[in-house]
Amino acid sequence: MSTSTNSAGPNASGLRQNQVCYTTLEYEEPWSYETYLKIGGYKAWQKILDEKLSPEDVVQIVKDSGLRGRGGAGFPTGLKWSFMPKTDPKTPGAQSYFVVNSDESEPGTCKDRDLLRFNPHALVEGMLIGSYAIRASVSYNYMRGEFMDEVYARFSQAVKDAYANGWAGKDIRGSGHDIEVIPTLGAGAYICGEETALLESLEGKKGQPRFKPPFPAGYGLYGKPTTINNTESVSSVPAIIRNGPEWFKSMGVETAGGQKCFSVSGHVASPANFEIDLGTPFSSLLELAGGMKDGIPLKAVIPGGSSVPVVPGDIMMQVNMDYDSISKVAGSMLGSGAVIVMNETTDMVQALRRISRFYYSESCGQCTPCREGTGWLYRMLSRIVEGKGVPEDIAKLEDVAGKIAGRTICALGDAAAMPVQSFVKHYRHEFEYYIEHKRSLVADKLGQAA
Amino acid sequence: MSDDTVNITVDGRTLPAKKGQMLIEVTDAAGINVPRFCYHKKLSVAANCRMCLVEVEKAPKPLPACATPVMPDMIVHTQSSLAREAQQGTMEFLLINHPLDCPICDQGGICELQDVAMGYGQSASQYTEGKRVVFDKYIGPLIATEMTRCIHCTRCVRFGEEIAGIRELGATGRGENVRIGTYIAKSVVSEVSGNVIDICPVGALTARPSRYSARAWELRQQPSIAPHDSIGSNVSVFIDGSTVNQVVPRDNESVNEVWISDRDRFSYQGLRHAERMTTPLVREGEALVPTDWSSALARAAAVLTPTPGSEADLGTLVAPHSTLEELYLAQKLTRGLGSPHIDHRLSQVDFSQAKADPVMPWLGMNLPDLETLNAALLVGSNIRKDQPIAALRLRKSALAGAEISLINPKRVPLNFEAAEQITVRYDRLVEQMHALAVAAGCDLSALEGAPGDAQVSTQHQRIVESLKSGERSAVMLGNLAAAHPARATLLYLARQIARATNATVSLLPERGNTAGAWLAGAVPHRGPGGVAADREGSNAAQLLAGGARRYLLVNAETDYDAASPAAAAQALHDADGVVALASYLSPTLASTADVILPIAEFTETFGTYVNAAGQWQTTKGAVAPPGEARPGWKVFRVLAEALGLEGFGFDSPEAITQEVQRACTSVELNNLLDADDKLEYPGSLAAPMVRSGETPIYRTDPLVRRSQPLQKSTDGKQAFMSMNASVLASIGASEGDAVTIDQGGARAVLPAKLDEAIPDGTVWVPMGLYETRTLGTVFGEVTVSQGGELPGEPAITAVPGIAGGQVKEAV
Repeated sequence: MSTSTNSAGPNASGLRQNQVCYTTLEYEEPWSYETYLKIGGYKAWQKILDEKLSPEDVVQIVKDSGLRGRGGAGFPTGLKWSFMPKTDPKTPGAQSYFVVNSDESEPGTCKDRDLLRFNPHALVEGMLIGSYAIRASVSYNYMRGEFMDEVYARFSQAVKDAYANGWAGKDIRGSGHDIEVIPTLGAGAYICGEETALLESLEGKKGQPRFKPPFPAGYGLYGKPTTINNTESVSSVPAIIRNGPEWFKSMGVETAGGQKCFSVSGHVASPANFEIDLGTPFSSLLELAGGMKDGIPLKAVIPGGSSVPVVPGDIMMQVNMDYDSISKVAGSMLGSGAVIVMNETTDMVQALRRISRFYYSESCGQCTPCREGTGWLYRMLSRIVEGKGVPEDIAKLEDVAGKIAGRTICALGDAAAMPVQSFVKHYRHEFEYYIEHKRSLVADKLGQAA
Repeated sequence: MSDDTVNITVDGRTLPAKKGQMLIEVTDAAGINVPRFCYHKKLSVAANCRMCLVEVEKAPKPLPACATPVMPDMIVHTQSSLAREAQQGTMEFLLINHPLDCPICDQGGICELQDVAMGYGQSASQYTEGKRVVFDKYIGPLIATEMTRCIHCTRCVRFGEEIAGIRELGATGRGENVRIGTYIAKSVVSEVSGNVIDICPVGALTARPSRYSARAWELRQQPSIAPHDSIGSNVSVFIDGSTVNQVVPRDNESVNEVWISDRDRFSYQGLRHAERMTTPLVREGEALVPTDWSSALARAAAVLTPTPGSEADLGTLVAPHSTLEELYLAQKLTRGLGSPHIDHRLSQVDFSQAKADPVMPWLGMNLPDLETLNAALLVGSNIRKDQPIAALRLRKSALAGAEISLINPKRVPLNFEAAEQITVRYDRLVEQMHALAVAAGCDLSALEGAPGDAQVSTQHQRIVESLKSGERSAVMLGNLAAAHPARATLLYLARQIARATNATVSLLPERGNTAGAWLAGAVPHRGPGGVAADREGSNAAQLLAGGARRYLLVNAETDYDAASPAAAAQALHDADGVVALASYLSPTLASTADVILPIAEFTETFGTYVNAAGQWQTTKGAVAPPGEARPGWKVFRVLAEALGLEGFGFDSPEAITQEVQRACTSVELNNLLDADDKLEYPGSLAAPMVRSGETPIYRTDPLVRRSQPLQKSTDGKQAFMSMNASVLASIGASEGDAVTIDQGGARAVLPAKLDEAIPDGTVWVPMGLYETRTLGTVFGEVTVSQGGELPGEPAITAVPGIAGGQVKEAV
């Protein structure tokens, strides 16, 4: 899939775009320090230092903005920050950490990669502000292993620029505040996007989620209080401070402020990342992506990354792209903002089999239901696709998925179960056809049409 | 109800719980069964098996009881449909890839998976896909693996990380491909590795020596006490007919918690070794020949009966792993025959300052107190290998922040991080302790000739500081200190340092019943209960240097137990008569004994053991001794009768124990006794090369010496001459080369081994080995040279009248 971020592209719908994170796209070398200064870069951090805003003031601004976590769960960012202890970072023994989750691994999601490629300074400034707000003197950006080439280099250069210009390091601009910003790379495991597995990996251990409680705000990296935020969430903060919480809030809906980056992929004419207001109708986003490829009608959409429930196209066309609408109208989730669009040629059984294979490969193997169940699901689906399904298989798929969901330490179990449950719910007839006729309903239909 | 108590409701019952306690601890205490695999009360909570899911009201989904802290007024259902359905779901997942090969699995019948599956599993599986197969890896002679059965609970991994302190097993791979293994192909070498067999809830890790030999339900179970170190770990013996099939730990929080060492677990494998004697033997001409008990007793009585005036010709040497009753009867019989010469300290060389010997060397505290020390100094102790279970406890102190330092003649392996480790040649241990004593500002008035300019380093000061600042600190002396030629000086300095730093003097008794030997009066200067002997006899070194004409040996194998085996062999050769009570034949016994009376071993006899903390533990025999062998106490009884001695008419072994107890009623344990006489400061040696060594973990007593699985393990292979690279280079040898050690005419040839833990000017040559039985004392000046003919495999000493082939080989 093409992942070039749409900067000036077709904007037939006249939607407001790229206000928060993709703000540098219209410039040459959008990633450079100079470019970032042109869009008001580091003004937010400077404002905090100059006006001596307290950490509480910063947290309050972020709370007021209505920013919710962009990684998938949608938890209010300011509220998360407020859970951290209020101990002066210079107190002996006190150490808190601010960690950014750039382990963007959810299939369909590539918004953070473009953010890091094209506007890495927004993240650096966001990390400085976030660290300040939670009284952390060290901030890590954990990037997925596959980012080791361009993305890692761009971000690392941005960190160097920030140090060179006095925005990071010891006694920043004479303020007495010390904040180190450290880029790190994972080794390529989906599970390390789970925040506690990320912490384990960051500590040099095998990436396996920790049991919670205790939560990272109490016992995080190296056992110290830690906040972990998604790349996009953190990168949104400088713009919020710069332009004020009301500005940010006004771009969203009642329950969530701001714009959101959506990675639109699949059967659309122009797949790309789009940063648009939360609450924008899905139909407008689809239009922004050039509409359905070759005019083949829409069949289904996975609106928030491969782990969220699939939504039939007709329902999706009534949905607005915000947390509540997707959940209430479509029974799915905004997730990471990865919008996977499927047209009528899509064999839903094969699509699900491919998704199941992913979770089967990526389960960390710690908890019994996920370790044993993901392989079971994948094998059953493979058997059905190979024409070896039996009628009991559909009930068994639902049964096994139900025994994984909600029974594991982390949400990977749910992520593996939800696609199965939703695909079977909405497209049961395709599964039944496969089992009865030993072949695909979609292929048969296409064959008849040809 | 105190502030930290809350009430919760489980299955309709109101239960009190402590704040922060996990739900499963509360249900366990109340006898409510919640199924589990990964949870173990001694290990950290992993919460990965998902078997203990229960319904907690107001929680959106079932929660793991092992990782859910109690909250006030929490309402829990362990048997509701939600809970049952979650538990059954997990059970189904656990079984889909499990081979269900119970009929050929050693764990069958004692398997947690089997038990829980009976309660929570379905009779048929709805899983129809292929099952996972995992290839096994060889991880040593003690633990057999069948990793296809593994359910990935990670108990074994957590045991290594948290309890044993060495990460030998770990999980690699992810998802379905997670494998428990040793990361790279290697043997597990921890001295407590066998505990993973017990905590493995399935048949993935089983005991290799007993594999495929019996079904759990065919075995009888008897409680017993392991006699191999000064802990006295509580064990259960599993018996197949009349044969010991397995030894496993028995919970006793005050002694061994739930763990035992591999030595305690697998020593029983030596019970049926080819050197085991099953009939009395007497010497006819050159040869030992089997005979009946009455003939043998008559011969023994003839040797032991003194002619008038020759009473004191008899010297009795009794091994310190013998039972309290055997030790007591040995001294009673010897003294009854008019000889004052009895000793159990076979491997000791320094017997000075006898008045300062405590009535019984003891830990100075209870065993659990080892976990809560703030600081400790270990002097001459390879604690992990000498006292494995004590090391596990001490590790807990270290993990809690205790500063534990060591002074040793070699750098010893540890399962915790040492604060300071001073490693010097053995003849400089005193110098180091003296520097510490000076740093601590000790009164050293009893020590004469000490240097006025002690070299006190910052390291010494840090150790003293840690002992002083710790609320509970200890100066501990181990096996290497007990065998040291300046043992008394080390003990004196340790006492003075302890006094100056307000620390406890802690002595780790060397063998299974060293403490019992002292209480029983098996020393030449003290009778039972520590009272001064009427007539002070010769000590073990004097006796083994030819200080007697007639010898009574009880469980003693001079080739392996004596400080100088070469000298001991000579003394026995030169003797007028040798009577032995023994379980096994050993080379010098075979060539010198006039009469050998076969006696019972571990698991075969009634016996009491006194551990380092002064706990008396009595065990009954679990199986009959083989053939004509008899319990030692019975042999003493009939021998005394044959000798016409009074006071041996015990009608039960308990009567003997009671007699010792009566002698010990006024015993007060005290490690701080002082001697009247002055000590001479022993300077270090000018010799360019010395021998140092210890008795390796699997050479400490006759039984473990003959346990084939232990001998085949990494710790069992000790027939090396270890030295660091510079020493190796100085004799022009490479690793593996034959090297000859010459100790005043006594010689041995061993392969060289590179070991940077050995200090300069030292070759490390263990005692207690077949290969080193021709040598002198373990500490001393030697010459070494490259070359010589390496000995072959140790020969089995053939027992007359018994066809060979009794050695039970490990699978």
